[in-house]
Amino acid sequence: MSDHTSTQFDVEMEAIRSGVLSMGGLVERQLARAIAALEEDEDSLLIDAVGTDEREINRLQIDIDQQCAQIIARRQPAAVDLRMILTVSKVVNDLERIGDEVKKVAYKASQARGSDRLTRVRYYDVVRAAQDAQKMLRMALDSFARLDPALAAEIVGLDDEIDLAFSSILRQLISYMMEDPRTITPALEIVFIAKSIERIGDHVKNLAEAVVQVVMGKDVRHASAEQIRAEVAQP
Amino acid sequence: MEAQALARPHVIGTRMPPAAAKMSIRELDFYYGKFKALKDVNLDIGERRVTAFIGPSGCGKSTLLRTLNRMYSLYPGQRASGQILFHGRNILDAGTDLNMLRAKIGMVFQKPTPFPMSIYENIAFGVRLYECLSQREMDERVEWALAKAAMWEEAKDKLKQSGMALSGGQQQRLCIARAVAVKPDVLLLDEPTSALDPISTAKIEELIGELKRDYTIAIVTHNMQQAARVSDFTAYMYLGELIEFDATDTIFFKPKRKETEDYITGRFG
Repeated sequence: MSDHTSTQFDVEMEAIRSGVLSMGGLVERQLARAIAALEEDEDSLLIDAVGTDEREINRLQIDIDQQCAQIIARRQPAAVDLRMILTVSKVVNDLERIGDEVKKVAYKASQARGSDRLTRVRYYDVVRAAQDAQKMLRMALDSFARLDPALAAEIVGLDDEIDLAFSSILRQLISYMMEDPRTITPALEIVFIAKSIERIGDHVKNLAEAVVQVVMGKDVRHASAEQIRAEVAQP
Repeated sequence: MEAQALARPHVIGTRMPPAAAKMSIRELDFYYGKFKALKDVNLDIGERRVTAFIGPSGCGKSTLLRTLNRMYSLYPGQRASGQILFHGRNILDAGTDLNMLRAKIGMVFQKPTPFPMSIYENIAFGVRLYECLSQREMDERVEWALAKAAMWEEAKDKLKQSGMALSGGQQQRLCIARAVAVKPDVLLLDEPTSALDPISTAKIEELIGELKRDYTIAIVTHNMQQAARVSDFTAYMYLGELIEFDATDTIFFKPKRKETEDYITGRFG
């Protein structure tokens, strides 16, 4: 896309776009730490780093929102610029919520330990679901950076898999809890972790839908993966 | 180029439902001497809708507006070909009664142009050309027209004062009152607020919103945000061609043509 006649307008739009990518990078790092916390023994430095980055993510959310408001007031943006600003405003909210869910995962990782019987669920199924969410987030940030609606459409389908994984984890944990009440406390912590990962998938899906709106001007919220692929495939 | 249909309701939010065409422009070309200023323009002006024409200077939007009431016929060397259908007749035909046409398709210009007469006479002058009204009927018509232009309360106690003594915004509303007094079907507004301050501009824009209940309005404006605020449909023109015509909400949210998007986002290249 060519530059605006006003170079200052270009600077302002690039600032919010790169702000989103910075925020996304921080959230990705947070999620990597949370997965490490799930896989390994407790690391207090890791938990502290999660807290520090979380404050930065919150600050970026507020900053970028303010920048969007200023652009709207000054520039009365239209068409693709307007769609981009509306999208960025939504995306920073979703990234901030992902950050919150990731923090919960990291902090609860240590509390989920304490039962060998749950090791398999925790190490394999939950970590695998978290890694899928991590892959989705990377794809969503790529699709935003490249404004690629086709890539965004793929992400929506992946969220269905994370939802299925959560249901599977829940069923397994219910079985364990019924067999052995001593597993209830750690099992519940794993349920909360799995739920957070499922919520991360939902927020990443929102990100992907927002990319479709920027590029195509179509609101695909509440549409199925097949419907979104069909919309994206239209000329 | 095929005529672009009136925009259908769009999910983004067309302000009003689709309308019948009050005026239909087909294969319109326009020439200033040998220079072709309009090239194969096709579009419909929706009845009781506001249609805005936007585009850079020299794109032909004011030229197009002036074909709609044959204003160009006042000047030698200017000619149009094609069709502009109004009430089923092509107004470009030689036999068109231009005086009656201009009563039915009124025009308001960028610079307010009150007659050097009283406020009352500014309104009554045009009416007398077409109708024979009693004094009481003329008084009622003058009041009605000024009320339509949101001017009655300001003007009722000074009807005998000169129209030239009014402020710029009031003069422009007087011109609008003068245009509606002869009961037109269509109002053509050529940058009606370019010469006005922001408050007068806002009042005129508010007035446009009210007038469209009764009249079909076409407006030329350099102010894209004004087009976005007041119009139901927007036509983007460039170098004499109609590039895109659609519901205003569509044009300003997701235009179909890159040229349109570049213009309205300030990417003038």
